[in-house]
Amino acid sequence: MATYYSDEHEWLTVEGDTATLGITKHAAEQLGDVVFVEQQEAGDEFEKGGEIGVIESVKAASELYAPVDGEIVEVNEALVDNPGSLNDDPEGEAWIYKIKIADASQLEDLMDLDGYKALIG
Amino acid sequence: MTDPKRTPLYDLHVELGGKMVDFAGWEMPVQYPLGIMGEHKQCRERAAVFDVSHMGQVILRGENVGEKLEALCPQAYATLKEGKARYGFFTNADGGIMDDLIVSNAGDHYFVVVNAALRHQDIPHMQANLDGVEVIEIFDRALVAVQGPAAENVVGELCPAARDLKFMETTVADINGVECRISRLGYTGEDGYEISIPEEKAVEVTRAFLAHEDCEAAGLGARDSLRLEAGLCLYGNDIDQSTSPIEASLGWAIQKRRKEEGGFPGADRVQKELADGASRKLVGIRPEGRAPARHGVEIQSSQGNTIGQITSGGFGPTVGGPVAMGYVAAGHGEPGEVVNLIIRGKPQPAQIVALPFVIQNYKR
Repeated sequence: MATYYSDEHEWLTVEGDTATLGITKHAAEQLGDVVFVEQQEAGDEFEKGGEIGVIESVKAASELYAPVDGEIVEVNEALVDNPGSLNDDPEGEAWIYKIKIADASQLEDLMDLDGYKALIG
Repeated sequence: MTDPKRTPLYDLHVELGGKMVDFAGWEMPVQYPLGIMGEHKQCRERAAVFDVSHMGQVILRGENVGEKLEALCPQAYATLKEGKARYGFFTNADGGIMDDLIVSNAGDHYFVVVNAALRHQDIPHMQANLDGVEVIEIFDRALVAVQGPAAENVVGELCPAARDLKFMETTVADINGVECRISRLGYTGEDGYEISIPEEKAVEVTRAFLAHEDCEAAGLGARDSLRLEAGLCLYGNDIDQSTSPIEASLGWAIQKRRKEEGGFPGADRVQKELADGASRKLVGIRPEGRAPARHGVEIQSSQGNTIGQITSGGFGPTVGGPVAMGYVAAGHGEPGEVVNLIIRGKPQPAQIVALPFVIQNYKR
């Protein structure tokens, strides 16, 4: 099990060919109070860089972009009624999707924790 | 691009952890560590302090200033009594709104507050059109709003005279030995004050407010969600040079005599719309789901015809869901009407509602 980070401030914890995806604490802090999450459905396929959801804070709407090619296998439905959990525990309970990774070689383009820490300063 | 300007409270914002953003050419706090939601609730439930020093403070001196202002504004400023303030706007020749403002009769002068982004327009506009009136833009005073149900205690404990003011009244009094102009008004839908303070004492007086246990600093983010829930127009979003006061549902801000007599720029259009109705009007909109509908979102009738556009929208922390305002075409806009909002290409059901979204808590 390894965790990767994207420059769009997402984390991806990989186990075999599946992964859990969410936004980082840093992203949640930048967004401010989250009030709405628009998620896609299980079974939806996506390409790296494609839009896979929208997170709305009190301030603004921010798109969620896919860090790799893949398919959504599970949606965290708890975020619908409790979008604020994205502020409380974005790297734990408030995961957004479980996905199936189509091309594991794309993980090499992502960062490890040290790389991500360097990015956000 | 010139560098953004800083208010006398800039260092205090930074010290309090304010997240500074460029707003209308000013470096202002959008929020503090408490966050927009927390600051919003703080203001509705207790009291919050906002720095609004970026707004233009202007002194008008001369003979019959009130009458002369009536040539630029549809408000009855000639009969505005000493110690009273009144919301109004400059109209253009086509009956559109050039800016909205607050005018106070301060006895030996008039005190005017205009929007930050339009200082450069409004000051020359007054200088050119108020004959024999000295128009003095004030650069050496901060403007601080203390808003919320506890505002009377926060300000009143330092300045008992503030307690005696009613909504839309203004006076000069000492706060911590500093002479301030104190006006009982604001733009949050709550009771409270806007206080003009000499710049060298602004931090000291603001700290004195913040020392009260019921008072916290709040930023522009909360100011926007508060005014939206209160159904108050934001210039540049909900009102502009093309929107008439009648379209903007601001007919309440035009006094009876002025409606009848006219005599202000664009009076023909305003009087015609008062008689026949406007072709569109600003209404409150409550989306049914959780998705906020923001500025620019298309409004469709239940039959699928485009009938208007959202001009302000977001999440209302006190309402506990999304709230919006927008223009709809004549024939639409009765409270209860069901419409669709086209958010990211998909229709989302919403209902037209009466404004404001929250009860205004003014001390009348």
